Amino acid sequence: MAESVLRLEDVTMQFGGVVALNNLSMEVNKGEIVALIGPNGAGKTTAFNAITGVYEPTNGAIYFMDELLVENYPKEKMKKLYAGENNGKYTKSVVKTPDVITKAGMARTFQNIRLWPSMTVFENVLVAKHLRRTSNLFSATFRGNRKEEARQREEVAELLRIVGLDDVQDELSTSLPYGKQRRLEIARALATNPKLLLLDEPAAGMNPQETDELTEFIGQIRNDFDMTILLIEHHMNLVMGISDRIYVLDFGRLISSGTPDVVQSDQKVIDAYLGVADEDA
Amino acid sequence: MQWIQQNLPYFLAGISVGGQYALIAIGYTMVYGILRLINFAHGDIFMCAGLMLVYLSASLPFYVSIPLVLLLTVLLGFTVERVAYKPLRKAPRMSVMISAIGVSYLLQNVALYVTGGLSKQYPAIPWLSDTVTVFGALTKRVTIITPFLTIILIVLLVLLINHTNVGMAMRAVSKDFETSLLMGIKIDNVISVTFIIGSFLAGVGSLLFFSNYTGVTPTVGAMPGLKAFVAAVFGGIGSVPGAVIGAFIIGICENIIKAMGWTTFSDAFTFALLILILIFRPTGLFGEKVTDKV
Amino acid sequence: MIEKKKGSKANLIFALGLVVLVFVLEQLLPSSSMLLTVIKKSAIYALAAVSMNLLNGFTGLFSLGQAGFMMIGAYAYAILNVPTDQRAAVYQYFDGGIIQFSITEGISSVLGNVAGLIIGVLLSLVVAGLVAAVFAYLIGLPVLRFRGDYLAVATLGFAEIIRAFFQWDKLGPITNGSNLLRKFTNLADFNIKNSTGQVIINLSTTILVLIVAACIMIIAMMINSTYGRSFKAIRDDETAAEAMGINLAKHKMTSFVVSAFFAGIAGALLAMYQTTVQAAPFKTAMTYEILLIVVIGGIGSLSGSCISAFIFVGASEWWLRFLDEEKYNILNTHILRSGFRKVVFSVIIMIIVLFFRKGIMGENELNIAGFGRWLKRLFTGKKKPAIETEAK
Repeated sequence: MAESVLRLEDVTMQFGGVVALNNLSMEVNKGEIVALIGPNGAGKTTAFNAITGVYEPTNGAIYFMDELLVENYPKEKMKKLYAGENNGKYTKSVVKTPDVITKAGMARTFQNIRLWPSMTVFENVLVAKHLRRTSNLFSATFRGNRKEEARQREEVAELLRIVGLDDVQDELSTSLPYGKQRRLEIARALATNPKLLLLDEPAAGMNPQETDELTEFIGQIRNDFDMTILLIEHHMNLVMGISDRIYVLDFGRLISSGTPDVVQSDQKVIDAYLGVADEDA
Repeated sequence: MQWIQQNLPYFLAGISVGGQYALIAIGYTMVYGILRLINFAHGDIFMCAGLMLVYLSASLPFYVSIPLVLLLTVLLGFTVERVAYKPLRKAPRMSVMISAIGVSYLLQNVALYVTGGLSKQYPAIPWLSDTVTVFGALTKRVTIITPFLTIILIVLLVLLINHTNVGMAMRAVSKDFETSLLMGIKIDNVISVTFIIGSFLAGVGSLLFFSNYTGVTPTVGAMPGLKAFVAAVFGGIGSVPGAVIGAFIIGICENIIKAMGWTTFSDAFTFALLILILIFRPTGLFGEKVTDKV
Repeated sequence: MIEKKKGSKANLIFALGLVVLVFVLEQLLPSSSMLLTVIKKSAIYALAAVSMNLLNGFTGLFSLGQAGFMMIGAYAYAILNVPTDQRAAVYQYFDGGIIQFSITEGISSVLGNVAGLIIGVLLSLVVAGLVAAVFAYLIGLPVLRFRGDYLAVATLGFAEIIRAFFQWDKLGPITNGSNLLRKFTNLADFNIKNSTGQVIINLSTTILVLIVAACIMIIAMMINSTYGRSFKAIRDDETAAEAMGINLAKHKMTSFVVSAFFAGIAGALLAMYQTTVQAAPFKTAMTYEILLIVVIGGIGSLSGSCISAFIFVGASEWWLRFLDEEKYNILNTHILRSGFRKVVFSVIIMIIVLFFRKGIMGENELNIAGFGRWLKRLFTGKKKPAIETEAK
């Protein structure tokens, strides 16, 4: 049996009266590349935000490495308003902020790149090492953490070499071309030593050539870092090319899942999504 | 009866001060609604209006000097916006706030220079400053007039906002700045009108406020200004009726505290109230919820 | 890396050079000299501005509570350092107050006068900073959750609330109410006197500059550490910082508390410089002045804040003074009179705020090593080396 990295159980997100994500259950196993797809407004980014702690799920549970990470049930005003399923199944309320979840071993990138603009490429990645520090404010200020600092710098340099950004490491992060900014954001996420990497539309705004490079890059990451990856994407070439399994969302609901071949031939998916996507391509 | 006679003046003063804060608070709440800027200089514009009347009434009769003061106050508010805020429209919000603090510093220093640092005697405006008796308690007529005048002005303002083109543009801009720009609303004009209205009301507020407190000093605007801002937050920033209700509540509470002999804490109370609101109801009484998107 | 180390060494030498220069100036100039006054005051303001910059410039938290924290520091220092035999006179309306010891005096009685003075004052400064830091922690718990401009007003409000409490006569036995605190250990106590009480070596300015330099150095080291980098990440993009595992609440609190700690020390130094303390001057206006110093120097530049503090204090206290004097009358108008200096000064500030928004230094730091190399090139006539990143 495959080792489970991430498991969502009946995760529902409701904003006011709007159910943005309805009863989503899915699983990502070790070493897999899993894609979450669906038309615009299907709830992909909402799912991402629920997993990474930006939102508290309204109902449901999330397990990471088979341990309970987040669980919630409708409370206060939501009690009456709740329109999702499995009401009453979950009774615990365990919520975590994004930093705690990242520390647990999940790191993400953003749909609209969010680098720290005043910092260099090197510093952007180095800051992501901050959460693995053992130093405190005093030891860090008075340089009691020299060894750790040197080791982290070494790791960052190594990481930048692997992703091919070592030649621009002293440039301002925002001065890089678009494709390299994406690469840097992924490198920054990797610097937190995650077990699971979450990529939010990594190919958004890229031309076909850049997309191909990215596809190759994601594969390389999986192999080099022995990484498990969950991604949201619109580019079907990329998704079908590298995903081991795919989950398809429409109007907040899971409508299909399976290997690329299975999903591609699923009539429900074609109706909801692929027909439209084909026109685009 | 004895009790009423003793405490009524405080209550009346509270309503009166509340009305004056309300007139200043509208300037804050409208500007914040549109520009998301805490106009730290607004209290100082109010102070300048007070000083202008001191100097103008020395040589001109009141029926000339009062309208002139209101006109000059409006002009001042308009100029401050054009010179100090308009060039920073695309700058980070912190820069605009710093610019507002700079204007406040400048206006206070100009006032310091003009007055020589002395407290200037505010002229007794006839009729307004006369003493009247209400339920056996002595007070100035302005105390009685203030709440009524405030309410009249605010009703007019609400009518303006709800039933004129300018008002509609204002509401549009405060709802969505970018879209309004795309829809062809002349944002700069709308913002100017906002500052003009805010300054005009602050000018009226200064007439009422200083008739009660005889001295005008360069820093006199800072505190009422901040309190009016708290009133605006209390009512839900961006909401005119909210600001007015907030201002009356603060004015009355403050005077009750003074009546209880806690004058040292009358300012502190206002800020304590601010912090409590921000903790428990950051949107204020009538404010709308703003959420940031990831 | 190597370059960085060289740079910090050069900065250290530069700072020490400044201290030596101040020491020499202090021996040569009369103690009433305007230059010394400006150096003292600007050193204190530089520390206050740097502490504010840590918060506003490096962490992106727009806080306006700095004067409040300075006041706490000033009071904590003064209260703990009034000599016991003077307490009756200082707290004359409060039966001599309830605190009946002085840190400096207490340590002096054990370690002797010189060591007692130095250790006592340093300890008192740390205590002053810690008291301010404790207040900051308590204030930060509710306040740091507020969004940008609400944070500004809330911190400003707290500063006013604390000021009201310090003036409250019920707390008079501790704070002396709205009366002056005085007679505590001050900067002049550091001047070395001979047996007849005549000053032979002036140290009051030097010791102040030394303490300020040490504090700023510590702040600079913190900003260059892993913590400082995460502060900048929070400033640049909070959401990304949190997603990369930086605990926002904790780091914001750290920055807020450290900033208050050093503001407290600045306040204590101000008390030592003024020799008296009263709550009244620690108003919002003082915070505004410090903020303007930060803005003029460059939001996000420590050396900018220091340079700007010197220029700000120098201009407002000294170089623009002629504007206040009626004797330079142009065309017989009376434009030049008391207060004109401040008007000109605030116009200059507005021009900087509007047209030179980056301030003197922007986000850059004074790079002494780089400056040295530049000078060398200037004199040897050599061109800039083609590859700038030689030290990589």
